[in-house]
Amino acid sequence: MTDSAEARPMIEVENLTKLYGRRAAVHDVTFTVGEGEIVGLLGPNGAGKTTIMRILACFMPATSGVARVSGLDVFKESDQVRRRIGYMPENNPLYHDMRVREYLKFRARLKGLSIQESRARVDEVTERCGLTEVSSQVIGSLSKGYRQRVGLADALVHQPQLIILDEPTIGLDPHQIRAVRQLILELGKDHTILLSSHILPEVEMTCQRVVILHNGRVLAADSTQNLQQRLSGASQVLAEIAAPFDELEACFKQNQDIEYHDISPTDSGYCRCTIVPRTGLDLRPAIFDLVRTHGWRLRELTLSRHSLEDVFVRVTRPDRDEEES
Amino acid sequence: MHNYLILLRRELGCYFLSLTGYVIIAGALILLGLGFAVMLLAYNGDTIDVPLTELFYGTMFFWLIVLVATPVITMRLFAMERATGTFETLMTAPVGDGQVVLAKFTAAFLFYLVMWLPLASCLRLVHHYTAAGLEFDRWPVISTYIGILLIGSLYIAIGCLASALTRSQIIAAMTSFAMGVSLFLLSFLRFSVGQRSGFAAQVATYTSMFDHMEDFVRGVVDTRHIVFYLTLTGICLFLTLKVVEGRRWR
Repeated sequence: MTDSAEARPMIEVENLTKLYGRRAAVHDVTFTVGEGEIVGLLGPNGAGKTTIMRILACFMPATSGVARVSGLDVFKESDQVRRRIGYMPENNPLYHDMRVREYLKFRARLKGLSIQESRARVDEVTERCGLTEVSSQVIGSLSKGYRQRVGLADALVHQPQLIILDEPTIGLDPHQIRAVRQLILELGKDHTILLSSHILPEVEMTCQRVVILHNGRVLAADSTQNLQQRLSGASQVLAEIAAPFDELEACFKQNQDIEYHDISPTDSGYCRCTIVPRTGLDLRPAIFDLVRTHGWRLRELTLSRHSLEDVFVRVTRPDRDEEES
Repeated sequence: MHNYLILLRRELGCYFLSLTGYVIIAGALILLGLGFAVMLLAYNGDTIDVPLTELFYGTMFFWLIVLVATPVITMRLFAMERATGTFETLMTAPVGDGQVVLAKFTAAFLFYLVMWLPLASCLRLVHHYTAAGLEFDRWPVISTYIGILLIGSLYIAIGCLASALTRSQIIAAMTSFAMGVSLFLLSFLRFSVGQRSGFAAQVATYTSMFDHMEDFVRGVVDTRHIVFYLTLTGICLFLTLKVVEGRRWR
């Protein structure tokens, strides 16, 4: 999944910089996306996600640097690139006065499909995106979830190799988010997908790889799992044990595998312990053994993995620059 | 060409499948109707030795319709797409900037021509009831329509440019109205400087739209006028194209 260098890269971005006046929205960004991957661009608002996507979708050129989609330069061979891309911009703009079917047909024809082809493809994407029952409705009268599906249907109506989705689930309710996420995962089976988001669970669930952006720069780019491991450090164990505070303290201090521990007494005689192992060990069996030999009682024992959210907050927090310097 | 026709169809659909198009036509019809009434009063039973078209032009409702209707027709062309963001979906489809500009211009222009069609029936009606037995002289009507077409193409092109410059439809309409009225007012220069000789007077006469239109309503088609309007239309459309392309070098 992560060996994007071996597969033919679908997107190659090299030293991409985009200046708005003097302010750099994107600064020296380099990353690649292999064919068939689902990659997430992750970053807080204003990190440069939309700018990168707009450049890749040929909406505007970069100030410097190179961006290629399946080997074609996005600025010089813009027309060819646009035929290969299905792009859904932020906030999913649509013509609200058109009917769903009419709109999709218009878009399919505009993207170079013949009348017969467009008819067949529109039928297919309407079905696939669950738009069949609203296909003759005016887009303006649809709910936001349906509109999002229309945008997705538009993005994939011409069978593009690459689908670019800018904040595909923004403003949707949890049910709709789940439906859209499911659709993206299905699309990922036969398309390369680049999506952006500032919602972490979403990227965690749908993407195989993540590029974390902050202030127009790439902070990290790796597979979702690697990122969690690499940046979160050792995982910690949470336990609630009914034991005398001092004995517990002594036991933890003796154990060579424990790097750091924190004990705080709670109600009803239980102590809440947070234990960080010295190496990447799983301490749960050791804790259980400790409790059993002393005859204490145990009511919780969890290994807490850092979510991507922790990773994200850690790499994008404002004091990061001072820490590094 | 293929994309141009698809875009043109979509733009025309915008006018004729929504209420806005019919509201504009209704507004123009009210003004046209007023002009028609004034024209009838001017007749007042007398025999008049000028073509009907000149009589209608004399009511000045012609200019009112051109000046007011064209900004309203053109204001949404680019401004709305920018405001709603559909400009981005449109321009990231494999279409050329030129195709988009031309399709939008053509659609607005065709709509403008449709808006003027009722004038022909008005003229026909007046002729039917007043000049019984006389042959209907169609050439002044045709030349008048050539004038309407040429002035319209310029004003629609100005409207395109104004609409491409902003994302607010109101500002687009105000800008193109201001530009249109300025051009219209320039025509008055002819009355002050036109009597004198010299370069300034020549320019004032050459650019006076009153003179142009007066020729057209009399049945005179002067190629100088045609060149004047086609050139200015071309310049405005070229500028519009540059504004649309402008996002590429910002």
